[in-house]
Amino acid sequence: MTGHAATATHAQGEVAEIRRLFRVMLTARLLESKLSSLYKAGQIVGGVYIGKGQEAVSGALGCALIKGTDIFAPLIRDQAGRTAFGEAMLDCTRSYLGSVRGPMRGRDGNVHRGRPLDGLPAMISHLGSSISLVAGMLYARRLKGTLKGVVGATSVGDGATSTGAFHEGLNMVAVERLPMVVVVTNNQFAYSTPTAQQFACEDLVDRARGYGVAGHSVDGTDMFACQKVMSAAVRAAREGKGPQMVVASLLRLSGHGEHDDASYVPDELKVAAGGGDSLEIGEKKLLSLGYITAGEIASWRSEIADEVQRAVAQAQQEDAPDPRVETWEALSSRHLIEGLHLKPAGAKKLEA
Amino acid sequence: MSVTYIDAIRQAQEDLLRDDPRVFLYGQDIGTFGGAFKATKGLQEAFPGRVSDAPISEDAMIGLAVGAAIEGMRPIVEMQFADFSSIAFNQMVNQAATHFFRTGVPVPLVLRLPSGGTPGSGPFHSQSMESIYSHYPGLIVVTPATVADAYDMLIEAVSLDDPVVYCEHKFLYRWLKARSLRGDKLPIGKARITRPGKHATVVAYSAMVHEAVRAAEMLKVEGGWEIEVVDLRSVKPLDTDTVMASVARTGRLLAVGEAFPWGGVTAEVVARVVAEGFHLLDAPPQRLNALDTPVPYHPKLWAAHRPTPESIAGALRQLLSY
Repeated sequence: MTGHAATATHAQGEVAEIRRLFRVMLTARLLESKLSSLYKAGQIVGGVYIGKGQEAVSGALGCALIKGTDIFAPLIRDQAGRTAFGEAMLDCTRSYLGSVRGPMRGRDGNVHRGRPLDGLPAMISHLGSSISLVAGMLYARRLKGTLKGVVGATSVGDGATSTGAFHEGLNMVAVERLPMVVVVTNNQFAYSTPTAQQFACEDLVDRARGYGVAGHSVDGTDMFACQKVMSAAVRAAREGKGPQMVVASLLRLSGHGEHDDASYVPDELKVAAGGGDSLEIGEKKLLSLGYITAGEIASWRSEIADEVQRAVAQAQQEDAPDPRVETWEALSSRHLIEGLHLKPAGAKKLEA
Repeated sequence: MSVTYIDAIRQAQEDLLRDDPRVFLYGQDIGTFGGAFKATKGLQEAFPGRVSDAPISEDAMIGLAVGAAIEGMRPIVEMQFADFSSIAFNQMVNQAATHFFRTGVPVPLVLRLPSGGTPGSGPFHSQSMESIYSHYPGLIVVTPATVADAYDMLIEAVSLDDPVVYCEHKFLYRWLKARSLRGDKLPIGKARITRPGKHATVVAYSAMVHEAVRAAEMLKVEGGWEIEVVDLRSVKPLDTDTVMASVARTGRLLAVGEAFPWGGVTAEVVARVVAEGFHLLDAPPQRLNALDTPVPYHPKLWAAHRPTPESIAGALRQLLSY
């Protein structure tokens, strides 16, 4: 912990916050690297979708939010944000490894997990649809009189900005002036489609103005900048300054999923400005500023690796969902369930 | 003194707002204006902050309702016309309908769909969407045909913890009157024998119940036929037991719906009766739906597009002569 106070660049509290963000980013990276290895080893049920390179953006958002108060609707590349927001690592490994004890009980998996009653909605695949959902959660709290001091946040990518749901949702949030932060991570590719085929405006942040929403831009490879901008946006929303939109620019450093080698990403983008790795860049800067030591990083890596290993091992030991035990009920109103799949032709009554 | 079908819907919403602080209304033009059909007239004034105009954003309207329902509220969303719910389809079938199964957290929202054709309304203000929503697991779909059902089923829909698609028929709004809102309090999931008979069963729902009763009356006058009319009331769940019991009495089935003919509620009714009650049938079961074209604009074309008392009577004559 030496050297924190030796610099005039950041106050001690800020240093603690940036160190927390780094730990979150490192945790997400190591966890997702493990998931990627497990995928390649055929150990994962379904696909793996990682946020490599996007840890600073996602983690900074998650660090600015308060679990138990705020709402965070993550998307596909938000492991860092989930970690920062306080999602248990077991929720992640159980979902990916198909444990029945995961939050989705095998009924959904991977990045589609969530705990809506803890302010962590479970994403659907239809992009942009989380904006109005979070708006509704905030709207409900306004009606209940519990909105004060609450922020709702969600993440989308450059591709989602082309959807009707994004437009409808952001416009609605602005009309209702809800305390919401919408983070657009422009990682230059939506699956394989480059941004030139996605939108024609010069800069996505210009759209904020069109919606009557405050706009912020940030270099998504710079964890210091991400932390500053996300904190400011979340604070502004919390203080009643209306909805905020943050556009973070970076390059996706993985495929769309681990099944995708991303061979369509030109090499020149990887060496261009904005093509870097937020974790590597952040680590160098933290070391050079003396905010962390190489020894500390090494011990953090080791602690996190142990935590990941434990979470994976536990999930691997747990049972898969059993189709014979699964209730196969899509309604909570049990008396209204037809159970057509449970009722063979000719049978008179559904078994109780 | 009489109450109309739309009065019942308005009254149910007023009573719900008064009795349940979790209820709020959200929809286009439902505030000061009172809604395109006046189903919310005066409610914004009576319940400030709980009856709000929405932007023309059907997808986001349902997204908002899902979020609010997760947080424990009981939103009622008015879609201005059922047809426009195609824009909200994703939020309904992927967000609302899957939520309980996926997360264990129910989504108690009610989506009101002003449904069905009226003369001169054309392809985009006339659709019947009940079959499409019924196809998806996780949704309850109701189609009230009477004034009392319009009231009781909206009250019950809000009390349920699951998303309910409430299909209200625009043709019935002002045409259908009753002396009071009092009904038989049949719960959602139970069909009703609207008119008892013994020679054939017509299974219908929503406005088609009334057309079926007219057809039954025509056949009574014409040849003394006694046609039983079953009002499904809710199409999902579908009360197979009541339908089967009726077919057991009559031996003949005609399923009538205003929706398009490919698949849908009437096909489901016939499929179930054939699968479970083949031995009860004295004639091949029949279906009568709207024609397989968009709903036409001109009243003369429209009247020929949907089932009418005449076309239902025609189908029944064929069924009875088998």
